[in-house]
This record gives sequence, C-alpha cells and structure tokens, in this order.
Amino acid sequence: MSRTVVNAVVNGEAVTFLGGGGQSLLDALRDELRLTGTKEGCGTGDCGACSVIVDGRLVCACLMLAPEAEGRRIETIEGLAENGRLHPLQQQFLEQAALQCGFCTPGLLMAAKALLDHTPDPTESQVRYWLAGNICRCTGYDKVIRAVLDAAAQLRQAEKRS
Amino acid sequence: MSDPSGSNGGYRVIGSRPVRPDGVDKVTGRAQFGADFHLPGLLTGRIKRSPHAHARIVRIDTAAAERLAGVKAIVTAADFDLEAAGEIEAGESASAIRDVAANCLARAKALYQGHAVAAVAATSPEIAAEAIDLIAVTYEVLPHVIDVDEAMAPGAPVLHDDMFTRGVSPRPGTASNVAQRHVMSRGDAAGMLAAADIVVEGRYTTAAVHQGYIEPHACVASWGADGQSLIWSSSQGQFLVRAMTARILNIPLSDLKVIPAEIGGGFGGKTTVYLEPVALALSRKCGRPVKIVMSREEVFLASGPTSGSSIDIRLAARRDGTITAAEMTLRYQAGAFPGSPVHLGCMTAFACYDVEHLSLIGYDVVSNRPKVAAYRAPGAPMAAFAVESAIDDLARQLSMDPIDLRIRNAVRDGAKTVYGASVRSCALVETLEAIKSHPHYSAPLNPGQARGVAAGFWFNIGGESSAAVHIDEDGGATVVSSNPDIGGSRAAMAMMAAETLGLPIERVRCTVADTASIGFSGSTGGSRVTFATGMAVTEAAQKVVADLRRRAAQIWECDVADVAWRDGVATCLDPAKTVKPLSIAALAARSAKTGGPIAAEVALNAQGAAAGYGVHVCDVEVDPETGRTSIVRYTAAQDVGRAIHPAYVEGQLQGGAAQGVGWALNEEYVYSPEGLLQNAGFLDYRMPVASDLPMIDTVLVETKPNPRHPYGAKGVGEVSIVPPLGAVSNALSQIVGRRMTALPLSPVRVLAALGKI
Amino acid sequence: MSGVDYLSPASVSEVIHALKTDGVRLMAGGTDLLVQMRGGRAKPALIVDLKRIPGMTGIEEQDGAFVIGAAASGASIGEHPGLARAWPGLVEAVRLIGSSQVQSRASLGGNLCNASPAADSVPALIAAGAQCLIAGPNGQREAPVETIQAGPGRTTLAREEIILAFRLPRREKRSADAYLRLIPRTEMDIAVVGAGVNVRLDEAGHCIAARVSVGAAAPTALLVEAAGAALVGTDFGPAALARLEAAVAEACRPISDKRGTAQYRTQVASVLARRAALRARDRAAA
Repeated sequence: MSRTVVNAVVNGEAVTFLGGGGQSLLDALRDELRLTGTKEGCGTGDCGACSVIVDGRLVCACLMLAPEAEGRRIETIEGLAENGRLHPLQQQFLEQAALQCGFCTPGLLMAAKALLDHTPDPTESQVRYWLAGNICRCTGYDKVIRAVLDAAAQLRQAEKRS
Repeated sequence: MSDPSGSNGGYRVIGSRPVRPDGVDKVTGRAQFGADFHLPGLLTGRIKRSPHAHARIVRIDTAAAERLAGVKAIVTAADFDLEAAGEIEAGESASAIRDVAANCLARAKALYQGHAVAAVAATSPEIAAEAIDLIAVTYEVLPHVIDVDEAMAPGAPVLHDDMFTRGVSPRPGTASNVAQRHVMSRGDAAGMLAAADIVVEGRYTTAAVHQGYIEPHACVASWGADGQSLIWSSSQGQFLVRAMTARILNIPLSDLKVIPAEIGGGFGGKTTVYLEPVALALSRKCGRPVKIVMSREEVFLASGPTSGSSIDIRLAARRDGTITAAEMTLRYQAGAFPGSPVHLGCMTAFACYDVEHLSLIGYDVVSNRPKVAAYRAPGAPMAAFAVESAIDDLARQLSMDPIDLRIRNAVRDGAKTVYGASVRSCALVETLEAIKSHPHYSAPLNPGQARGVAAGFWFNIGGESSAAVHIDEDGGATVVSSNPDIGGSRAAMAMMAAETLGLPIERVRCTVADTASIGFSGSTGGSRVTFATGMAVTEAAQKVVADLRRRAAQIWECDVADVAWRDGVATCLDPAKTVKPLSIAALAARSAKTGGPIAAEVALNAQGAAAGYGVHVCDVEVDPETGRTSIVRYTAAQDVGRAIHPAYVEGQLQGGAAQGVGWALNEEYVYSPEGLLQNAGFLDYRMPVASDLPMIDTVLVETKPNPRHPYGAKGVGEVSIVPPLGAVSNALSQIVGRRMTALPLSPVRVLAALGKI
Repeated sequence: MSGVDYLSPASVSEVIHALKTDGVRLMAGGTDLLVQMRGGRAKPALIVDLKRIPGMTGIEEQDGAFVIGAAASGASIGEHPGLARAWPGLVEAVRLIGSSQVQSRASLGGNLCNASPAADSVPALIAAGAQCLIAGPNGQREAPVETIQAGPGRTTLAREEIILAFRLPRREKRSADAYLRLIPRTEMDIAVVGAGVNVRLDEAGHCIAARVSVGAAAPTALLVEAAGAALVGTDFGPAALARLEAAVAEACRPISDKRGTAQYRTQVASVLARRAALRARDRAAA
C-alpha cells in the first residue's frame, strides 16, 4: 500500500497524517485524524453527508483523494463552532428543529456555511438549489431552509453592527 | 393522570419548543453514530454477497482467503448456532428467527442478488476486500422471479420448497411462493357490490421503495474471552438486537450488552439485524472486535425495502356518496423470505371510513429480492393509494367535493374497524375540516396545475417500555430512556419529566441506555416512543414527586396529605407549621437523611395507544411536453392528540410527506431481466432533494387528546407517509385526464399517459 | 482500492511519460474516477493528478476567444463573468453537472473523457464549435470536440494523449447559445436527454448560423447538422421549428434504460432542441 505523508491545515491547525493507496479525504479525516463528524452516506458524491470546505470550496470528501489534501486548508464540522460558541447556523438548526436523526446535519451545515460565505442574502430558491447535493430523509427540508435563511439574516445583522 | 380534556394551555413545558437536550452533539459532529465507534485492535469486517438472483450454493471455498496475511476470521452460516425456530417481535413485523439468520448468512441457497454468503474480518479494509475476492463460491444458477404477480403465477420458480400457503383450506399440495393468505371481512361485500348504484374499480401497482436512511447499517461487535460480549449498533432497538443476535449465536441474553449508537435514520428499516450476528460470529472466532459498515450499494442490495404491490379494488356507493361496500385483493412482495406487511394493508385500507361491508384478501408473496423490512406505517401507504384513488374517482363521478365525500364516510368515535377495535379519540372529521378551511384548499390554481387530496390512517402502538428518573444532588434531573432516539424523542421525554417534576426544561437531561442499564423495551417504531416510553417517563417522574412529597412531610413532620407540590416546590398546607417551601434542590440536598437517593424506574406495557389520522392536500404542475412533475404546494394536517414538542411533531409530518412524494413520483427498484438491481445508489434511486419540494405547511389537530396518556399524546411519526401517494396521484390524474394507477409517476409514465409517446 | 499510487506532476511531459505504463488513470476533479474505483470498475495502479499543471485549471481570453483549462472546475467556469456573458449555454450546461460539491471539482476535460453519452457539457461544447487542445508525445494538436467521443466510456485519444484545454471560437455579435436537459428531479440526476443550440442572427433577427447538438440520445453526443440547417435563413417560425424537431428525432439513436425509454428520449430531445433554439435566439437578440 502506497501511503505518503500529507501535511494540511484542518480547522485552523496544522496536521500530518499518512494518506494514499486510494484512500479518500473522507477516509483520512475519519480514520487517520479521528474526525468522525464528517459522515459517509454513499461514498459516491450523491448525498453530501461528507461535505467539507477545502480552500474555500465546498466538496464531497469522498470524491477527493487523501494526498490531494497536501498544503490545503480544510474546514470540517468540528471547526464550525469557535471556541465552544456555536455558529449562527448551528444555533438556528437547533432552535428551529432543523434536524431529526442528525446524520446529514454536519454536511448540511458545511454546505450552508459555504453558501453564506459567498452569498450572504440568498433567496429560498437559491438555498434549495445550493443544498440539492445534501440529501435529508427525515425533515422534508422545510425547517432546514428556514434555519439557513434565518441564520443568513442573523449574520447580515451582525455584519452591519460590526 | 392529568386531565387532557382542556385546551393545550395550562402546561409550563408541554407544547413549547425548547432546544433538544442532545442537539449540540448533533450540530457539532460530536454525536457518535454506528460507524464512529472504535476499539483497540479493531478489525474490518466485509461480506461476500451473491451475484445471482437465485442460486444453489454448492460450495464455499475459503482456503485462499484464509491464507492471506491479515485475515483473522471467516464465517458462513455454519458458524451460526441457531436453536429452535421461534418468533421475535421485530418492530411491526414478526419474523421467524430462522429466516433472519438465513438472511444474515445464506444457508443452502442464495435467494437474491446481494444475499450474504460469507464474511471476513481482517486487519485493514484493503485486506478484507482482497479476502472477499479470494473466497470462491460455486453456484448452481436457478431461474428467478422478481415481480409479485409473476411469482404467484403457476410455473414460477419456487424459492422455498417447504412453503405451503398458510391461510388456505385445504392446504396446498405443492409448494409455491405464496407464504400466506390473509382474509379480513365483514358483511356481504359481494352482494352489496352486485346491487350498488355506483361501482368504482381499478388495479393499482406500486414499486418497492427503500426507507432511504442516509446512515448505512453499521455495528461493532466485541467478543470477550469469558463469552461476555459487547455490540455497538445503529439500530432502532437495542433489546431487539440483543435478542436476535443472542438467539442466532446461542448465547444467554445477560452475556450480551448492546449499546445503541445514535442512529442516522431508520423509519422501520433498522428494526431487524443484518450485520450484528455476523460481526459477533467473526469476533467470536478470532477474539478481536470487528466493525462492519454497509456500503450504500449494500444497503440497497441487501437491506429491506418495503413491498411493491399489486392491488385490485372495487368500491360500491350510493348516489349520495355513502360507500356501502368494498372488495380488495392485495398482493405484496415479501422479498426472499415471508413477512410482507400485507395483513396491515388489509387492516388499514378502510380504517378511515365507516364502511359496513368489506372483503379484504391479502397475499404475502416471496420472490428473489431482498427481504422486506418495516417502512413507516408498513403496508398502509400502498393500500391507501388504491383506496384514495378510488374515492377520488367516486367524487368525480358524483361531482362531489373530495373532502365532503370523505367527511360523509369518515369514521367517528364508536365506529368499529374491520379488525375489531373501536374507534376512539378520533379527530379525522376535524382534520378533514381543517384542510377544507385551510387557505391552500381554496387558493387559485394556475393553468397546468391541479390539486389532490387524500386521507390516511395508522394504528400507533403502545407496548413495553422502561424509563428511570434520577434527581441529581443539585436538584436537576436525568431521564434514562430505553429507546433509541430517531426523531428527537429525548426532547419529549425531558419535557414530560420537566412538566411532571416542575423543573425548568434546561435542568432535565435525557440519555438513552444500553441493555444492561435499563429495563426491557420494545423497539423504537410503531410511533410508540412518545406514547409508551413517555408514559414510563411520566410515571417515573410521578413516583419521584410522590417520594419528594413524602420526604418533605418527613422533614416538616407533617402529614403527607398536607404537602402540596407545584412547579417543583413543596409547600406545607398545615396551618400549625411555619416552614419555608422546599425546592427539589433543597430536598435533594437532604436526600441521605430522608431515605437515600431520589430515583424511580418504571417498566410497563403501555395500553391505550390511539390511532392517528392524516389528511394531505397537494398542488402539482406537469410539463405537458416532457411529463415532468413539480410539487407546487403541500399541506399536511394530522390528528396528533397533543403535540408535546410541536416543532418535532411538525417535522414528522413534513418528513413523512417528503418520503411519500418520493414514493409517488420517482422512487422504485429497477431490475434487469437477469434479476439484478440496476439502481443501487442515490444517483438512480431518486429521493427528493431540497429543490424538489416547496415548504410543507402543517396543521396539528389537537381537538382530541388521548385520554390514556398522561399528557394526551398520540403517536405521530407514521401517519404522514400514508396520504401523499393518493394526494399526488389524485392531482396528477386530473392534469393527465386519466386515472394514474402505477407508481412511480415518472416522466416516462406521465408522458405516455398524456398520449405523447 | 489498495496499492494505487498518486502523482501530482507540474509538467505535461511528466504526465505523458507516466502514460507509457499500464494501469494509469488521469484525474482532474475525480468525480467520475473515484466513483468508478469505489464501484470496482476502475482499478488503476497509478493516478496522475492534472491540477498542478500550469494552465490546466485556468480560464483565459485570447483575442476574444476563451481558452478553458481542461481541469478548470465548473464553479470557476460559472464565476467567470466574461465567459458567462459570451457563452451562457456552455456555462449553464457545465453548471448543471452534479451538486454544488461536485461543481467545485467537475471539469470539461473529465466530462468529455469519461465519455458518458449523457455528459451535460458535451452537447454545449459541440454546439459552440469548441476545439480541444491536445498534447501527446509528438507535440500538440487541435481537434473539434465532436471527434473525441468514440462511444460509451471511450475516446479517440491515443494512449499517451491528454487534453490541455478547450478553445472556444471568438464570439460574434448577435450570437448566443443555450442548453437544456430533462431530468426527473430538479437536480442530482444524469440527463435523460439534453440539447445544446448555438445560433447567430443577422440585424433583422434571422438565423444565419446554427449548430444543434443532442446528448443522451445515442452512444455519443450528436451534432445534428440537418437541425441546424433547418433554422438557417428562417426567423424561427413554426415551420422551421417543426423541421428542426423532425431532424433531431431522425438523428436520435437512444437506448432504453433505467433512466428513460428510447421513445421518450427521442420525443423529448426534439422538444428540448426546439426550446433551446428559442432560448438561444432570445439571448442573441437581446
């Protein structure tokens, strides 16, 4: 098995791990770095449960090879809250009951964060189409969309004040 | 028990919308699901599966795989140690343990593509995969059959040569694929149909659909040298996993501890076992812990979808719209082993309507497909699709409003169901009226759009549950629940305890216990947790309150009858005593002197579950040149008794509606002529994505709280998947101008129905 | 997925050299390759990542003609304002591939070389008249996109050739393109059928040039010359559109599979071609 040393920055911290031999970034995050918050729902990029942000771009970690992480900045669900303070998206998801089983939630939160990072005032339709790659089987998406829109509003308010 | 006959007001916590106590773990990635658990020395388990739809297993040669470095154990069905056959309660479908074991690892025959035939445990996923390739299985391929009507036809390949249809007299002399014939009837349906003013009939078919939980099945099993074992499992029932696994491996229940992981969706599909007996058998063979996680493809190939169906229906009615009789024949696919929910289809088909003369015949039919498992109101959606379509046809023939027709025929309290129970605490009429008066129902439609309505029913069950309530030394409380939480039930448990104790919700936490740490419980399913486990929680909290009052009386040296309890505080009613009120915290601080730790555990068999009724209305639009359907607007109303946490109740309505929309429009199992599954993945098994749906409005009808539950709760989780198939199809049929009878209503089908191809 | 090596070279010659050995697969975004590896349909000994090669992921404008790196992501293509203005059809085709997550990785080179008959960007590239810039052991060459697909999963590229970039023609005035596809859901499906149309109008709004390409209706994307010819010299009236539809239906050679029947694909291909033609015309006239 041909593994090499990979150096990356994960949630703001420099990490080093062994990756390769066909391992995906998802495998590396879960099995090498023990960051199990990112989930495998399908392994083929169809469900979005493994969504992470790499150099500012939303990707399915199951569709990236572990060695591709070399030199990259990776954000996972474990880094969304800062110093124990929940991100407005996390807060809104909780307050609006936008999760039931919670399995798709990390991927949804990262996808929503990626959206709001570049589109701070999305319409309902924009949110729905952006999140089309994150399948949820429990909620029917209604409360998820509301939570994302309200978090966007909250972030815009905070931005105005600062 | 509190009096539920009042309005929803008057409660401090019940009916509010606090953040669920387990929520932070789920939004931060801290929650541990089935595949997240790790033990030192953990091996990777993988399963070898049949590539054929139907084959005799001639030989399994594991020699080359055993020689591969890193392979620690290999098992086949021979490694199971099943004693006598018997039945184990499994969610809502009872399964013979023999069939469950044979489904986990095949015995003489592979009965579907994907059927497990062997398993390995190795030191890495790569070695496990290589070992799987090295296991050489010799098959004798047999003719196969997939479709339910074809499986029933004479001359069809027979799966089990010991299957003689039960429920038929005289017992058939030859084996067939019909496991059982169920009959449910009353009155003289045939006679009434012959004499009816109006008869509506049709044949309806639905495809097999999967529960579609995003988390694949996963477990870790660890065998101890003294035979005591541990299983960590994504499951709807840790006691069920323990019972089935222990029986299949012939070990005492007390030697097996099953820890329920957080579960990433179940919908009934995780009320059985696929991996746990295999993982534990591997662990037993090599003495190391083994983790097995299904791939998404394996989930589709080898875990139970629900039945596809073929249904004939005839309805008789008078010109005033009264439905006088109905005949239905329901043929449901069970997959490779018997146990489809066809009997539940028979029981629920007309449960919304007070029809005097009924004849319902159900056939449980096996074919070379994965063994079906429960899926949210098992058996009901297909039957309701046929019934609600026929009623829609009747409304059209009579030029009657579809809601009014249903109100005319709706059951009310006191009516008798075909399965013998009496209807009680039923708010179906109120739910129908709620839809009728909803702005959606009268909103204008654009050209090319149409509106459909449908109703649905589910029993909801009670059953065995256990719960404990502990008061912490600082006056907070912990609730220990026996049931895995698949939808947010920990919030409801904490709320019911908080309400009963009089504590703020933030001081009450809820945990789900393993099999060694709480009394027995039936699985999470049947919409029973808020009802039955909630009842156990409430009764435990009531016992704690009684205990706290006794302790206050002891401290005050007064009669316990003089201790009032309100909002978590004891006050003394004895005018002779001048004492300060005692809070839970104050009483907890003195627990050692007043009898020791303050706690209560309740184990009960909850009776008095009340059935739920739902009514949905759906607007659709069809592109007439492509047959593609859009859902434009959707409203789901449901008779919920009392919503303990309204947001999570709304979530159940929305989630079930979304699954029903997928079932109606695009979801189906596609097989090749060789009996091989063509769409074993989320790409071509098309579940609704966020852009496929609009907001889903909900109406919670709470006019009839369940008097048999301390807070009036009824089960709510399953009813919501029953109406959507009819609601979507009734709307679409109007646009097409023809009754649509086959699901899914894919663009190809719709364009053909429009006459364009 | 055991034992496969990974290389991320910074030069084209390194890639071509690596292709001399057996068992090598090229990777741009990996959205097809990793799925095939996961499904056991691809078992490479070596994966060569193209993304570090200069020019592979960039988008440049040379004399009014765009050059899109073969590994440029759909997201970056969608964000390029000049490209979206000049080639809205190509951009919307690329942007339809997969989810937001897949868009961060999916590329034109991968879409073409994976050679699925249903690839979304290919009909749009063909309608646009795009050329592939190809590098091989004997130097570079150019070839029209429609000559690259050989059949499902196969290209006409030689073993040691790679696509470096796609060159679009200089955009003329009053010309525009459009791409439409039919999928059962709103997102996340492989095209059941797709149509890309590129038109150019004179000052009066009449069609003076048209290219019509259809996807998922044959083993490769089709360039339907008769359909384009049906539009030339017309003002997109009903008779011209009827001839366009007939020409498309005549050219389709689809299969029936889990995503649609042959009849359905042929019927809807014509509908989409007509709708895409009108959309392209409206854009060109604006």
